[in-house]
Amino acid sequence: MSQIPTFSHMPPDIGLQRALGRTPAEIVQEITASGLKGRGGAGFSTGTKWALAAEAPSDQKFILCNADEGEPGTFKDRVILQEHADLVFEGMTIAALAVGAKEGILFLRGEYTYLRAHLEAVLQQRRSRHLLGEDILGFQPGFDIRIFMGAGAYICGEETGLIECLEGFRGEPRNRPPYPVHQGFLDRPSVVNNVETLAWAACILQKGAAWFRKVGTEMSTGIKIFSISGDCERPGVFEFPMGITVKELLRNVGGENARAVQIGGASGQCIPASQFDRAIAFEDIPTGGSVIVFGPQRDMLDVIENFLGFFADESCGQCTPCRLGNRKLLEGVKMLKAGTCSMAYLNELCALGETMMIASKCGLGQSSPCAFLSVVRNFREELMGRAHPLVHA
Amino acid sequence: MLMTEREFLAAEIQNLVDKYGRQRTSLVPILQEVKRKYHKIDSYAMQVTADLLGIHPVEVNSVVSFYAFLGDRPQGRYVIRLCRTISCDMAGKARVMRQLENDLGIFFGQTTPDGKFTLEWANCIGMCDQGPALLVNERVFTRVTPESVHAILEECRRAFGQHATERKEVHLA
Repeated sequence: MSQIPTFSHMPPDIGLQRALGRTPAEIVQEITASGLKGRGGAGFSTGTKWALAAEAPSDQKFILCNADEGEPGTFKDRVILQEHADLVFEGMTIAALAVGAKEGILFLRGEYTYLRAHLEAVLQQRRSRHLLGEDILGFQPGFDIRIFMGAGAYICGEETGLIECLEGFRGEPRNRPPYPVHQGFLDRPSVVNNVETLAWAACILQKGAAWFRKVGTEMSTGIKIFSISGDCERPGVFEFPMGITVKELLRNVGGENARAVQIGGASGQCIPASQFDRAIAFEDIPTGGSVIVFGPQRDMLDVIENFLGFFADESCGQCTPCRLGNRKLLEGVKMLKAGTCSMAYLNELCALGETMMIASKCGLGQSSPCAFLSVVRNFREELMGRAHPLVHA
Repeated sequence: MLMTEREFLAAEIQNLVDKYGRQRTSLVPILQEVKRKYHKIDSYAMQVTADLLGIHPVEVNSVVSFYAFLGDRPQGRYVIRLCRTISCDMAGKARVMRQLENDLGIFFGQTTPDGKFTLEWANCIGMCDQGPALLVNERVFTRVTPESVHAILEECRRAFGQHATERKEVHLA
């Protein structure tokens, strides 16, 4: 792992220079060959996304960088934007060359307003060095990036919700298809990529697809940036190869005695200690990079109560399974905590969770029951028959 | 609201429309600036904005009510947003919450009667490795303890004392 240079060892702008010497098709080909998958968590092939946007016929296309990092437990994008903003903007420029876009927008979440001055300064510097603007190192027709501030809504991390917000609407996800690569911002073809994805794209153009494939697994190539928090000795941002086991990861951060680990943030899975040999990769446990460690003293019901409170609050309210389902699950967790939930009702709640995963319109409702269902599955023996506070207090 | 205040607000929004352009995509940035300057987006501001952008006021209201950083309720000069997500929760968010409520004499979701502080919850502000964390307007504070709450509030209060004009207060925040 240590032989593979990562972000910190990447001089910026070499990837962009290499991209300028190639045709758009060659750039897309390089990204496709690297096997890079979207680092926001969904894991869609970046090469395929770029190829679709490149093929879409339109005189106006957009590159949208999704910096609406709202998933509980996730903070890697904040660090990447603070320390490697050049790589992110370089990645956006390369994407623009690949698909033929003239305008890029960085959608920065409102909570990160304090990063804006730094990012504007980096953009200005890039303009003065002709890496952005009318012509990029002599290459017409040029490309420029502006920053759009989010207004505090987790759902805007969903790509069509993000586009709705950019257009001045409530951030309610759209029906798909049409996908943003065909009809995105202002109904024009738009590429929406995560901050980390774009930074890796710049690295891949610099070092080549083969370099990226050397690390990781067959289906999940490369290195992943993880944000690790909770009950461990060294919380923070880490680079690990895809396919690392939970156990190895915990050893690195000093969280060996964990009883459970939440992987993929609030919408991810809760893994008990008995499954710590599983691999973190798209083929086993997919993740956007968030790992929350729970020590032996934690009550898993407190954990899912917190998660479901989050989802009940952040659901956009557009579709019924998500709007009401999250509230019902939250109510159920409160009943479990109070010791007033029957086994029949718990089974009903699990069925509701599964229905939500099928019937919800977007990723929020489709994944919010994950934590609930995995806790019920893996920690079942702790849930039932708790002391009733009114009777036993 | 006084007639002149209304005129000032309308002129301000007109300026923002000129700056961002008379189109729907300008709506969120315009509302953000109104909120930053006036600490509220009242129904008059929504009507003027709707008028100038050529959309129905209900459309503006639906956007204002959707986003956590907008909203039509007036807020204090300092909006304190404490992160309530799991990592901050495990790091001791509850005690920081109680100390904030005790020191300000209000509950979460409320604004002090003098209009200076508002307490709000935030859903994950991306500081999970350094919790408990909170935002005071745009500034972030990490590893907040019940004791350090006092120092944070005092720093804000000093800004009120030394700088009477709103501009400087906003700058300091």
